[in-house]
Amino acid sequence: MQYFRPTSLADALAIKADHDVTILAGGTDVYPVRTARRAWGDPAHRPVLDITAIPGLRGITEEPGGWRFGALTTWSDLAAAGLPPLFDGYRRAAREVGGLQVQNLGTLAGNLVTASPAGDGIPNLMALDAVVEVAGKGGTRTLPVQAFSTGYRSTALAADEIVTALIVPKLHGARSTFLKLGARKYLVISIAMVAAIVVTNEAGTITAVRIAVGACSAVAQRLTALEAALLGQPLGQAAGLVTAGHLADLAPIDDVRASAAYRLAAAESLVRDALTDLAATAARRAA
Amino acid sequence: MLDRPVLPTVTLTVNGTDRMVAADPFASLADTLREGLGLTGTKIGCDAGDCGACTVLMDGAQVCACLVATAQAEGRAITTIEAEDPLVDRLRAAFLAAGAAQCGICTPGMIMAAADLLAHKAAPTRREIEDGIGGVLCRCTGYIKIVEAIEAVARGANAFAPVAEAGAAVGARIARADGLPKVQGTDRFGADFAPEGALWMRAVRSPHARARFTLGDLSAVKAAHPGLEAILTAADIPGANSFGIFPTIKDQPVLAPGLVRYRGEAILALVGTREAVEGLADAALPITWEVEPALIGVDAALAEGVTPLHANIPDNVLTRGYLETGDIAEGHRLGTATAEGRFRTGFVEHAYIEPEAGYAVRTKAISSEAGTGSREEIAWDDSSDRIEVTACTQAAVMDQEEVARVVGVSMAQVRIIPTACGGGFGGKLDVSIQPLIAVAAWLTRKPVRIVYSRTESMASTTKRHPSQIQARMSADAAGRFTAYEMTGDFNTGAYASWGPTVANRVPVHATGPYKVPHVRNATRAVHTNEVPAGAFRGFGVPQAALAGETLIDDLAERLGIDRWAIRRINAIDHGDRTPTGQILYASAGLPQCLDSVKADYDRLMAGAAAHNAMGGRTARGVGVACMWYGCGNTSMSNPSKMRITLARDGRLTFLNGAVDIGQGSSTVLLQIAADALGLPTAAFDFIVGDTDRTPDAGKTSASRQTFVSGNAAKLAGRDLRAKILALANAGPSARLALDGHRLTVEDGEASRVIDLSVLASEADIVLAGEGEYDPPTTALDAKGQGIPYATYGFAAQVAEVEVDRLLGTVKVTRILAAHDVGRAINPTLTEGQIHGGIAQGLGLALMEEYLPGRTENLHDYLIPTAGDMPEITIHLIEDTEPEGPFGAKGVGEPALVATAPAILGAIRHAVGVRMTEVPVLPHRLWAAMQGREAAE
Repeated sequence: MQYFRPTSLADALAIKADHDVTILAGGTDVYPVRTARRAWGDPAHRPVLDITAIPGLRGITEEPGGWRFGALTTWSDLAAAGLPPLFDGYRRAAREVGGLQVQNLGTLAGNLVTASPAGDGIPNLMALDAVVEVAGKGGTRTLPVQAFSTGYRSTALAADEIVTALIVPKLHGARSTFLKLGARKYLVISIAMVAAIVVTNEAGTITAVRIAVGACSAVAQRLTALEAALLGQPLGQAAGLVTAGHLADLAPIDDVRASAAYRLAAAESLVRDALTDLAATAARRAA
Repeated sequence: MLDRPVLPTVTLTVNGTDRMVAADPFASLADTLREGLGLTGTKIGCDAGDCGACTVLMDGAQVCACLVATAQAEGRAITTIEAEDPLVDRLRAAFLAAGAAQCGICTPGMIMAAADLLAHKAAPTRREIEDGIGGVLCRCTGYIKIVEAIEAVARGANAFAPVAEAGAAVGARIARADGLPKVQGTDRFGADFAPEGALWMRAVRSPHARARFTLGDLSAVKAAHPGLEAILTAADIPGANSFGIFPTIKDQPVLAPGLVRYRGEAILALVGTREAVEGLADAALPITWEVEPALIGVDAALAEGVTPLHANIPDNVLTRGYLETGDIAEGHRLGTATAEGRFRTGFVEHAYIEPEAGYAVRTKAISSEAGTGSREEIAWDDSSDRIEVTACTQAAVMDQEEVARVVGVSMAQVRIIPTACGGGFGGKLDVSIQPLIAVAAWLTRKPVRIVYSRTESMASTTKRHPSQIQARMSADAAGRFTAYEMTGDFNTGAYASWGPTVANRVPVHATGPYKVPHVRNATRAVHTNEVPAGAFRGFGVPQAALAGETLIDDLAERLGIDRWAIRRINAIDHGDRTPTGQILYASAGLPQCLDSVKADYDRLMAGAAAHNAMGGRTARGVGVACMWYGCGNTSMSNPSKMRITLARDGRLTFLNGAVDIGQGSSTVLLQIAADALGLPTAAFDFIVGDTDRTPDAGKTSASRQTFVSGNAAKLAGRDLRAKILALANAGPSARLALDGHRLTVEDGEASRVIDLSVLASEADIVLAGEGEYDPPTTALDAKGQGIPYATYGFAAQVAEVEVDRLLGTVKVTRILAAHDVGRAINPTLTEGQIHGGIAQGLGLALMEEYLPGRTENLHDYLIPTAGDMPEITIHLIEDTEPEGPFGAKGVGEPALVATAPAILGAIRHAVGVRMTEVPVLPHRLWAAMQGREAAE
C-alpha cells in the first residue's frame, strides 16, 4: 500500500489528482474504519495521502473577511483559541468530540469531510455560515458549508480536491451555544445536537439568528422557518416560540442510539434549551 | 504477492531517546511501539480510538497511539508509560496505594492521561480530573479510586499503602501484591510477548448467523501466499473438535465443520507471517456459503416446527431449572396485594479492555523427576511432546482440559501459563483462543500467537444471557411476602457454555434475599442463532433481581409501605430458611446492610421531595434494592488446593493456582496465607496459576476465590505452621521470623532458630504446607431443595438519580452500597470490587446493549466513562462467616446485582414510570414517560 506524505500543497494536489487516495490528517476516522474492516477480513486499503506534513494548513487566523481555520486545525486548537463569543458553541463542541485523545488529533475539516450525520462540527459550521475553501488542480474555490455537505457521508469535494480551510464570516455581537445529547458523558456519539447563534440589539430583540440541528437528518440542517419566526422577537421569549412545525424538515432515523420520534422531540427540547441558554447569558451580561 | 514488504526505517523519539525502527508508515504508532520497539506498556484495547488504553503523550498532549500513523510520529516527542519521569512516578505510586489499578490493562493509558492533565493543571477540580481521563475506559474500578489517586498526587500527598506485620495482614489495606508491574506498564498481558519468530494466527469467521459452507482448494491459496504456513480447518483438529464448560456438553466446535450457528463462529484459521495472515482477505478464500434462516431471539427458537440448532435438542431448550417450596396458589391467596410483570434484558458484553491474546508452543517433554535434578531432553519422540499455552484466562485447569481434549493428548502434556488478565468478569472462563493456537502450534511445530481484535472478541465470545422473565409476587397487609413465582427464558445463544449454570442459579436466587414461604421458579436456557451467552458476573441473578425488586416496589406502593421498610420487614436473617430449604445459621447480614443505609436513605428521600417540589426540569428519585448471592458452584464440588513451600535458602513461595483477573485474589489469598502461617506478606514470593507448578484452585468465578481458595490458603498456611512448630517443639501461639535461611520460632521465653539450609530437602524444598477446601453443599432435588451454597453474600444499595423530564436522560448522582462481606480481607480491594460492580450495574441499567453485528465495537457499545459515575458511599458489613477464612466470603458478583434495580426504582420514584426493559436508554424512558402522560 502506498503512503504519500508530501510537504507541499502542490505535491499533495498532484497526488490527489493521480491516485484514488484516502486523505489522512488526524486519523480519528481513517483508523477506526480500517479496524472495522479488518475485523471482518477486509485488509484492503486505498493508498494514503497524509497531508499533515504540508506547512501552513494548521492554525486559526483573523482576516478581514472572517476567521480562517486551516484544514489541519484540531479540536484542541479550537478549544484553546482566544475567539469571540460567536464561537462559544463551536468550542463547546470541540470539548465534546470523543475524548481529549481524539480532540488532540482530530481536525475540524476532517469532521466535515467525513460527513457523518452525527459529526459534531457540522451544525456549528452551518450556524456559523462557514465557507469551505477547497484546492484542486484547477485552483482554489470556496463554497458554503451547506453546499459542501451533500448527503450521508458525501460531499461536493471533487476527486482532485483537498479542503484547505474553513472560513467563518464575522458577526458582530453574536453569541452562540451548542448542546449535544448522548447516552453517556464522554466518548459518545450524538443522538441529537443543536448549534445556535444569536445577535440581539440593546432592547434584547433578535436581529440575527441561525440555528442548526445535527444527527436528525442525513446532513445537519438549518431551521430556517424558526429563524424567520424569531427575527424581531425578544430573545427572552424565543424559547417559547419554538413549535414542532419548525423542525418539520428534519428526517431522523431509528437506530441503536435512539428512535426517530425521540430524536425529533429531543431536538425540539434542545432548541428551546439553546435559546434559553443564550437568553441567560444575555441576561448575565446585562446584569 | 509480496508477503514481507521491505519496511522503511523511521526514527521515533520515545521517552527522550531516538529509536530507529522499521515500520510501515501507515502502521499505527501503538503497533510500532509494541511490535517494533517492544514497548508493550502501551496497550491496545480497541484499535479505534474508543477506549484510550493506548494513550501516550505526543509533544506533551495525550493521544490515542492507535490513531497516529507511524510516519506522523516522526520528529514528535513521544512519552509512554515506560518513561522515567517524576510526575509519572508519583502517579504510579498513588495508583498503587489507592488501589486504582485492578487488572491493570487501562492503567498505563490512565496514568498517561493523568500526567497530561497534571502537567497542564497542577490543582484540578474533580470535574477537571474526570475531563482529563474521560477518554480512557476502565471496566474494573468504576474510576473512583483512579480519581482519588490523581487527587492525591495533585494535593502532593504521599502515596502510602500500609505494610502488614506478621499476623496483621487480614484486614489491612496493603497494596496489591502484583500491583507494581501494573503501574509500571511492565505487567505482561496476553498480547505483550511471544517467542521470537512466532507465527501469527487469524481466525476467519462466519458473517452469517446460520449457514452451511463448503471449502474449495485451500492448497492453492497456500501456494499463492508463501507467508502462509497453514490454513487449518475442522478436519485438521487432531483430537475432538469440540469444547464446552460441562463435561457432558462439549457442543462448540473449535473450527466449524461445514455448519455455523452464529455470526462470528470460526471456520478457518490462517497461520503464517503476520503480513500473510492479516493481508489475506476473507473474500479471497474459496468459501461457498449456503445461508439458512436464523433463529434470532428466544421466541423464534421456541416456535413450532423450526429446525433446531442441535439435532439432539429438538425443542432448542438446553436446560430447565426449577425450584418449588410451599404451595404457590396458597401463597398468593394469603396475599393482600399481588403484583406481576414481564421483564426483558438484552445481551451484555463483558467489555474487558484486554481482547483475548496469547501464544502456544509445542515443546519436547522434559524429564524432571523430582529429586533427580536431571533435565535432559528425551530424544525426538512425538508421543511425549507437550503443548504450552500462555494466554489470558480465568480458568487455567479448565483450559488445560479443553486443550488436551482438542489436541488429543493427555492432561499432563498440556501446560497452561496464565498471563496477566486484563479483565474477565466471566468472559474469559470459556476457552477462546486456547484450542486454536494449541492446535496450530502442535501441527506446525512452531510457536503461534494470536491477538483478537476488539470486534472479534465481541462478536465471538460469550455474553450475559438476554432474559424474558414473567413474575408474580404477593404480600399480606403487613407487607410480609407470601408468594413469589417466576418463569424465565434465557437466550443461551448457539452453544451451551454456562447456560445450565444460569438456568440453575436463577431459581435459587430469584426471590431475592427475603423470607418467602411459597415459591415456584422455573427457567429455561434456549438455543438461538446468536452469540453464545455464558458467564457474566452474576450468572443470571442480575436479570432476575430486576424483576423481583420491581415487584417489591409494586407491592410497597399498593400496600402503602415505604420501599426500604418492606425490604427490612422481609429481609432474610440468621436462622431463616431460604427457598431451597437451607437454614442460614450465620453470616446473614442483610438486616445490618439495610439498617446502615437507613439514615441516608431518609435524607435522600427528603432531598428528592424538596427538589421535586420546586418543579424544575429534572426530577429526583431514590430507589433501593437488595441482593444475595451464593459463593461457589451451585450444589457442585468446586475444590481448591493451595501450597506454600519453604526452601533451603529460606525462600518462601506461595503456589497459588487462582487466576487474578484484577479483582485481587493474588493479594487477598496471600494475606490469608500469611496470617495463617504467621509471617508477613512481604516474606513471600508467589507463583500464580501455572498448571505445571500450582495445584488446581478451580476457576475464578462464582465469587469463590476469597471464600473457597481463601480457605485452602488458610489451611496451607496452617499446615506449614504446624510443621514448623512441630520441628521447633513450640506451642500454637509461637511467633515466627524468617531471615534468610534462619527461621526463628519464639514461644514465650523460649526461642529456637531453625537453620533451613541443613534440613533434608526434596528439590530444595525443606517444608511445605498444603490446604484443600471444597465448600460443603448438597445436591438440589427435583424441586430445587437442598443446600446449594455454603455461604451467601448480601447487599442493600440505594440509588439517587436525576431524570431530565423532557429528554429522558438519567444521571445517577449517588449510590449507597452496604455489603455483608463476612470479613473484608483487604478493604481497599473490597471497595474496588464494589465500585466496579456498581459501574457495571449502572451500565446494565442505562446504556449497555450488545446487538450482534451492530454494537460490536466500543463506540456503539457504551460502557460507563469516568463522568458517568455517581458519588458512592460504601458500608462494609462484617457479619462473620464461620465457614470462611477469617470470616470472609465473596464480593465479586454481589457488587453488581443490586445496582440496576436500585436505579430503576429511583427512576420510577422520580418520574413515575416503571421500566421493565434495560438498558433504559433516553429514548426508551422518554417513550415510557410519553405513554404515561397519554394515559393520564
